[in-house]
Amino acid sequence: MAAIKTENLVKRYADVTAVDGVSLEIKEGEVFGLLGPNGAGKTTTISMLSTLVHPTSGTALVAGHDITRDPLAVRRNIGIVFQEPSVDDLLSARENLYLHSMLYGMPRREIGPAIERMLKMVNLTDRGDSLVKTFSGGMRRRLEIARGLIHGPKILFLDEPTLGLDPASRKAVWTHIRALKETHNTTIILTTHYMEEADSLADRIGIINRGRVIELDTPDALKRKVGRDLVYITGEVNEAAVKALPFVRDCRKSGARCEISIEDSGANLQALLNAAGRIEEVEVRRVTLDDVFLKFAGQQISEDADEKSESIFERIAVNKAVRR
Amino acid sequence: MNPNAVWALLLREAKIFLREKERIVSILISPLLFLFVMGRGMAQGHSPVEGFSYQQFIFPGIMAMVILFTSITYGLYIIWDKRLDFLKEVLAAPISRATLFFGKSLGGMLGALIETLLLLIIGAFFILPQSPLQVLLCLLAAFPVSYMITNMGLTIGAKMKSMEGFGLVMSFLTWPLFFFSGALFDLGNAAPYIKAVSLIDPVTYAVDLLRVIMLGRGHFSVWTDLGAIALFSLATTALGVAAFGKLQQEK
Repeated sequence: MAAIKTENLVKRYADVTAVDGVSLEIKEGEVFGLLGPNGAGKTTTISMLSTLVHPTSGTALVAGHDITRDPLAVRRNIGIVFQEPSVDDLLSARENLYLHSMLYGMPRREIGPAIERMLKMVNLTDRGDSLVKTFSGGMRRRLEIARGLIHGPKILFLDEPTLGLDPASRKAVWTHIRALKETHNTTIILTTHYMEEADSLADRIGIINRGRVIELDTPDALKRKVGRDLVYITGEVNEAAVKALPFVRDCRKSGARCEISIEDSGANLQALLNAAGRIEEVEVRRVTLDDVFLKFAGQQISEDADEKSESIFERIAVNKAVRR
Repeated sequence: MNPNAVWALLLREAKIFLREKERIVSILISPLLFLFVMGRGMAQGHSPVEGFSYQQFIFPGIMAMVILFTSITYGLYIIWDKRLDFLKEVLAAPISRATLFFGKSLGGMLGALIETLLLLIIGAFFILPQSPLQVLLCLLAAFPVSYMITNMGLTIGAKMKSMEGFGLVMSFLTWPLFFFSGALFDLGNAAPYIKAVSLIDPVTYAVDLLRVIMLGRGHFSVWTDLGAIALFSLATTALGVAAFGKLQQEK
């Protein structure tokens, strides 16, 4: 049985169509990456699947339950880590986890041990009784992840789980996610700006842009679609000759630099350079998901990740100011 | 309804309320000003009710004011929760909106009870001695009164988009509710238009009920007061649960 199956999911707001007909099938135990720029519809899609937002049309089955007809049954089976911080500043880490466990109907005697287990997992045991308003951004994020997992959900939604984290915390989160998949067979739906993250975690990736899923495949297959490797050549490149070569997939010129995607750079690089003409500089790079995204969505997305993570920390600062 | 979840929500509100000690005190400031400055300064202390000073006469009304202000402010606070995403966690939990609503309104009641008790202690020492039975009855009365008013605050808060509306609600709802309730004067001698408005003001019946308990006399009968409060409680429950049902995550 599919963990999630959506049919033509649409969400329209007054002035914008945030999600424009998404049909997906996500397998049980799969880590599924939703990749896209700001405003692509990732969060809205997740919000609909987690029953926080009603779809304008279309429907979805999550853990076998219809999101519009039986939202409470859906909620019992899922965990969510939101993009925006939503742990309660005025409570301690333990209290946040306790509140969550009670809301999700965990048996009382299981709650205490589960809280300690989770705090240990995210390395917050010694700060368990501190109020969350004293936490750094990374600590909050870790607490939110612990909270999303404590009730043992079958399906976990992670909306930009590592946005704004330092590299060490990010790696720690990745380790948790992998462990979860391996030990509990949890289905994980992950949205992210970070190509590296999607590449290293996801079994399959859906590229979403302007509310539509434009490509869906394994990371490797997606990279193959773009072309195995990229060669950047600076100089007076003879484009016609290059394009005539059988192993060249694409050749695009920007300024003095040519971006050429080729199959098997090991075997074909020499032939390419011979055909290219006068060369000043050569750079060879294996294709990344960044290139995949650039090709299919026609824009780069890594830049706005930083912008976004800044705005999240601003938000935390505002929260602190307001609550105090 | 999910009792565990209601309990957990109530516990959260209790912890937060008790952690913000400045707030507990600051809510009492204006009622105490009314009680000790206006109560002493107005009407040379003459009261519309024989056997009591003006200050003693308005004591029950000021108690209703404390419940009114605490409960409304608490209810409206949900706008912050909405704006700052703290509500999201609760909206995403597998509990019905009715459960969420009752957890929140119980939290409001708890706050109002604490404030009522504080004012009651201050007043019993300095203004009008109260028997243990009267104290108990006052606290019992505070339950339904704070419930219906918290519900009003939560309903408005759930529908409001921004905190800018907060001032409007205070000016156009809270203060009129307070002034028309007859907390500061005797409804029996009031102008007809005031009387007319006071009849649809839920706080009127709260003030009257507290007067019956604390002064031993009121404008209406106890049953009228209790009946009106019960009606307002039912109506605000229905409105509140409906408003919470429509709460969605906001972008």
